Amino acid sequence: MSSLLIAEHNNKEVKPFTLNAITAASQIDPDLHVLVLGHNSESVAKSISEIPNVKKVIHVDNEIYNNYIAENFTSAVIKHAENYSHIVCSANTFGKNLMPRIAALLDISQVSDIIKVISADTFLRPIYAGNAFATVKSNDAKKCITIRPTSFEPAETSGGSAEIVKGDAGEQSNHTKFIKKEEIKSDRPELGTARIVISGGRGMQSGENFKLIQDVADKLNAAIGASRAAVDAGYITNDHQVGQTGKVVVPDLYIAVGISGAIQHLAGMKESKIIVAINKDGEAPIFSVADYGLEADLFDALPKFLAELNKLNTIQK
Amino acid sequence: MKILVAVKRVIDYNVQVRVKEDNTGVVTDNVKMSTNPPDDNAVEEAVKIKESGKAKEIVAITVGEEKAQETVRKALAVGADRGIHVKVDGVIEPLAVSKILQKIVDKEKPDLVFMGKQAIDDDCNQTGQMLAALLNWPQATFASKIEVKDKTLEVTREVDEGLETIEVNVPAIITCDLRLNEPRYASLPNIMKAKKKPIEQINAADLGIDTKPRIDQIKVEEPPKRKAGIKVANVEELVQKLKNEAKVI
Repeated sequence: MSSLLIAEHNNKEVKPFTLNAITAASQIDPDLHVLVLGHNSESVAKSISEIPNVKKVIHVDNEIYNNYIAENFTSAVIKHAENYSHIVCSANTFGKNLMPRIAALLDISQVSDIIKVISADTFLRPIYAGNAFATVKSNDAKKCITIRPTSFEPAETSGGSAEIVKGDAGEQSNHTKFIKKEEIKSDRPELGTARIVISGGRGMQSGENFKLIQDVADKLNAAIGASRAAVDAGYITNDHQVGQTGKVVVPDLYIAVGISGAIQHLAGMKESKIIVAINKDGEAPIFSVADYGLEADLFDALPKFLAELNKLNTIQK
Repeated sequence: MKILVAVKRVIDYNVQVRVKEDNTGVVTDNVKMSTNPPDDNAVEEAVKIKESGKAKEIVAITVGEEKAQETVRKALAVGADRGIHVKVDGVIEPLAVSKILQKIVDKEKPDLVFMGKQAIDDDCNQTGQMLAALLNWPQATFASKIEVKDKTLEVTREVDEGLETIEVNVPAIITCDLRLNEPRYASLPNIMKAKKKPIEQINAADLGIDTKPRIDQIKVEEPPKRKAGIKVANVEELVQKLKNEAKVI
């Protein structure tokens, strides 16, 4: 049997997390097929066909897939699901919204957010905000799996030449209408894939003060994250939230500024390679996961940090 | 309108979860339990809609062991009108929960079903979407703003790229984000009043649904521990360490 992965894209380009999911899916079953549901999305199908891990691309082009509506996507996936042992996608808001809808209709108990493929039916996944790792074995004949993208390397994007076949569209739902998407455009690296992330918490005290974070982020070519407290307080928009109910990040360097380190925040960043904590409360739990802790007032430390960075001859980008 | 709100009893979000020594799960004995946090947002939103005059009745439901009833009682104390407790012991997966909820929806015929977007114990993030699929209803997941219109809801959803707004026809399933609202605390008089509100108890077995898990939990382990780091004296030392020791900048 083969695996079927559902691609996330914007009708022009593949979203980066789909590449991580492809790596995981091809560990489950090397005969990996990718389903591209989109509108005017030929370039997406073509670029996916060039991924060496992909053996076949099923391309369904229809205007009902112009926007991502789970009801419409589900119907198409079900149509193509029959000959596959595994249905797979990334465990970000795309896959989290979509996969359970597919699984329920196929009467499958989904395995969410896996961080390791142990065998074709056994997986490792974090539970309790990553405070425990569960090894789970799915006994369903067909399996629905979502992949934690940051736990797998992105797949190579060139050198392959998979066949592209046209697939049939599913039914359109008349009960859900897309209205708008407010995408926050930024020249900075994407939070989920950035090499360096600098995050601010409640200690930032205001949205204006995030300027201090931005300046350092500009210097380091870093993405900007935030704790839930900072997002709730309106200092920064929700797409920056790192944590159990936000995004999971695994950068080479994570700098937590004015973040106390609640369990829920740690769940989103504690796998980072190097963690720096800047906090004036020396007892803050964030220090328990930090490789380098600086007990200092952030309003004093961040400008100094930037000044020290400016003194360096070279900075890795 | 009539609203069904599903709530789940989980280990309190402030508790540092510990893995059992025999690796069969996590320690739950003598551990504080509470309502799953985003389920509180779901209850709050239902109560707000009722207070605005757009809903007539709120039914709170939980699926779980005897003590799970506490979560329904709490929902009653903040404004739900009556409760349902579907009793089932042991592990129950989201697929089975959604099948149970489907039976209850068939019977209760609510216009809206609210629940949290994810339970903080198994972190599955499945039940709402699964219920929507089984009922063939529209779903609006990860809701951070809800506007109730005549026969539709306009829902703002938190997605990776920012915010997305969709319109769903009623009946619909909504899964709630923590930012949807600020759940109120129950006042003492309302806690007393809630004790008199009815909770119907149903055995899952009587609904004719197979709740046997399809997934074996082979073992539960502690995640790898980070080795303890150091405190640096000042910013100069920090930058020097990052550059020369960690080599990340």
